[in-house]
Amino acid sequence: MTGTMDANELELLRRSCSDLFNRYQDEQDGRAGWDDRLWQAIEQSGFALVSVPVEHGGEGGTLREAATVLTVAGEHCVMAPIGETAVLGAWLLGQAGLEIPAGPLTAVSAPPELQVNPVGGGWSVLGRLPRVPWGRYVARVAVLAGDHVLSLAPEAVSVEPGANLAGEPRDTLLVDCIVDRAEQARVQPGTDELLRRRQVLVRIALMAGAAQRALSSTLRYVSEREQFGRPLSGFQAVQQQVAELAGETAAMRISVDAAIDLCGRHGLEHDRAGDVLAAAKVQAGRGAGRVARIAHQLHGAIGLTDEHSLGLATTRLWAWRDEAGSEAEWACELGARVLDRGAEGLWCFITG
Amino acid sequence: MMTARGTSTDTPLIPPMVNLGPEVDVLRAEVRDFLAEELAAERFEPHCDAWLSGWDAGFSRRLGERGWLGMTIPREYGGHGRSSLERYAVTEELLAAGAPVAAHWVADRQTAPSLLRYGSDALKRRYLPAIARGECFFAIGLSEPDAGSDLAAVRTRAVHRDGGWELNGTKVWTSGAHQAHAFFVLARSSPIDVADRHAGLSQFLVGLSSPGVTVRPIRMTSGEHHFNEVLLDSVFVPDDAVIGAIGAGWQQVTSELAFERSGPERFLSTFPLLVAVVDHLSAKDIPCDSTRELGELIARLWTLRQMSLAVAGALAGGEAPDVAAALVKDLGTRLECDVIDTARLLVHTEPDLSSGERLPRLLAEAVAHAPGFTLRGGTNEILRGVVARALGMR
Repeated sequence: MTGTMDANELELLRRSCSDLFNRYQDEQDGRAGWDDRLWQAIEQSGFALVSVPVEHGGEGGTLREAATVLTVAGEHCVMAPIGETAVLGAWLLGQAGLEIPAGPLTAVSAPPELQVNPVGGGWSVLGRLPRVPWGRYVARVAVLAGDHVLSLAPEAVSVEPGANLAGEPRDTLLVDCIVDRAEQARVQPGTDELLRRRQVLVRIALMAGAAQRALSSTLRYVSEREQFGRPLSGFQAVQQQVAELAGETAAMRISVDAAIDLCGRHGLEHDRAGDVLAAAKVQAGRGAGRVARIAHQLHGAIGLTDEHSLGLATTRLWAWRDEAGSEAEWACELGARVLDRGAEGLWCFITG
Repeated sequence: MMTARGTSTDTPLIPPMVNLGPEVDVLRAEVRDFLAEELAAERFEPHCDAWLSGWDAGFSRRLGERGWLGMTIPREYGGHGRSSLERYAVTEELLAAGAPVAAHWVADRQTAPSLLRYGSDALKRRYLPAIARGECFFAIGLSEPDAGSDLAAVRTRAVHRDGGWELNGTKVWTSGAHQAHAFFVLARSSPIDVADRHAGLSQFLVGLSSPGVTVRPIRMTSGEHHFNEVLLDSVFVPDDAVIGAIGAGWQQVTSELAFERSGPERFLSTFPLLVAVVDHLSAKDIPCDSTRELGELIARLWTLRQMSLAVAGALAGGEAPDVAAALVKDLGTRLECDVIDTARLLVHTEPDLSSGERLPRLLAEAVAHAPGFTLRGGTNEILRGVVARALGMR
């Protein structure tokens, strides 16, 4: 996965991801817990370290390739921390020059109340890390504390299990340990903002995929389900709702594509990357609610149950729209960015 | 050439995203400079929905002098041989500025491409250079009193006479007919076939000052005069003013719809109002709720533009992305309306068409014109039907 892929190569990547996830869909179906065989397959295929530089022990490739993998994972509602490992954990460890171990990874920004103090050559760490994605399963938690990255081993933390609406682990980690010199390092200023942007990138790519899943599930359901002697798809009221669902899904997809394309061209550190990721998170967050609402309305009561797979997509949309900042948070930031530039800058903001 | 295609999508709903290249940046900067000069010289005042209401033949001629009309018309017909994406950039700059583009709007957007595709060489030579100079303006003769969304129900009759066709009927909602030079008339040239209602329709180029043509105003609730009723009473049209093939009118009209539905005018009609709102708010200490509402609109506008550009890219590549175009219009026109709702609650001003201040006037224009946004160019309900059909719903 080195070099830059063109559209055809991305399509091949998309298909090979899709094939892999399809092989595990029946057994795994996005509801079960941790599936080690699935994770092994993801690691062996190279998807677990997509976009991580080869010199850091990764698979190489661009953020766009990572986003492609994540969008397919979102569409398949895959129960595995691909984004957390490749785009967040391995990246943050790599930034610090720390070892990137095999296995799933995750990364978080330390909350202000976490106590981190120098001890000898290392750091003593005391406190709680709330809602750590996949915390109980990972080989390492990369914690960004101020201008240092700490690589926490599973033995160093105790886990209070938690989950998001989709059942993905969001665990509270209780930390009381000494991180020795070899497992911490200083990073460049601005790494916190880059981590935040990467967290957004992961969520929007996943959400675009999950929305697509909700749409395709709806298209199938309304053509199969009959009432009043004909398929639901024959009713104009249903058709209008389907078209609206398609529009919201398409809008999410294009905003994610455009944001990631721009981040790829200018780099995530560019100020414009902050603009477009904010815009895409707002669009995705707004779209997520609409997509889920329409999809459920058209599925009727069965969509609410675990007898139908719609909930795999909609619970993810509901969970992910509030992770890495809700659309309210990002819309405020976007609005403030626009007001800073004033009326003169508004149009340039749209076209820039 | 100047398009770099982005991420491939697995959905057939929308074409791949498009990056406009550096050549377009240069062109865009020229347009911005021009607009700044025009504004500084007070040669225009920004208006909402100026592509309907901003009729200024002098402004159109100045655009023509700069080479910004008929941009995609080949040079041999007086055009500039530029790409449709370059035209897109110029068009969106003009719309965002609220510039008076109504006079040339129809001629530049759809008459010229239709003439190029279906017109005789004589018609092309006669009209295209004048369109590119900003000297010949067109209107659209599709809707009729009993043919709105159901366009195939048009009743205007075309009967063949010696050397031409005689037209009788009534067209409505003909924007700018009282100021334009000519329009394309969709008429029934053979009796309706109930098995194929789309057959037997033809398109004719009709001069609006021809004998037998009467133009009557239809005023908006605001009192503005943009729409007209056009009566055709035994209007003679020579054979060489037939557009394309007799009987192929439906295919010809519908083949251009993606151009008409997906352009920047489908999400920028109220943009000048948003600019005024930002201007108003920038000077103040803003509560976070206001910032959030503004930010949401900005995110949606940015997304719609990406979507519209993606359609433009597919059109430039010779594709016919009808579904994506319908989605742009549905989402874009609803956004135009949402801008108004947000704006009026953010600025605490009363809409006033005659106000000397910009904000109340732009708000009033937007409110008064908004019902048209989701009707013109195919109602949003019809467009969602187009999308549903493409998704296999019917």
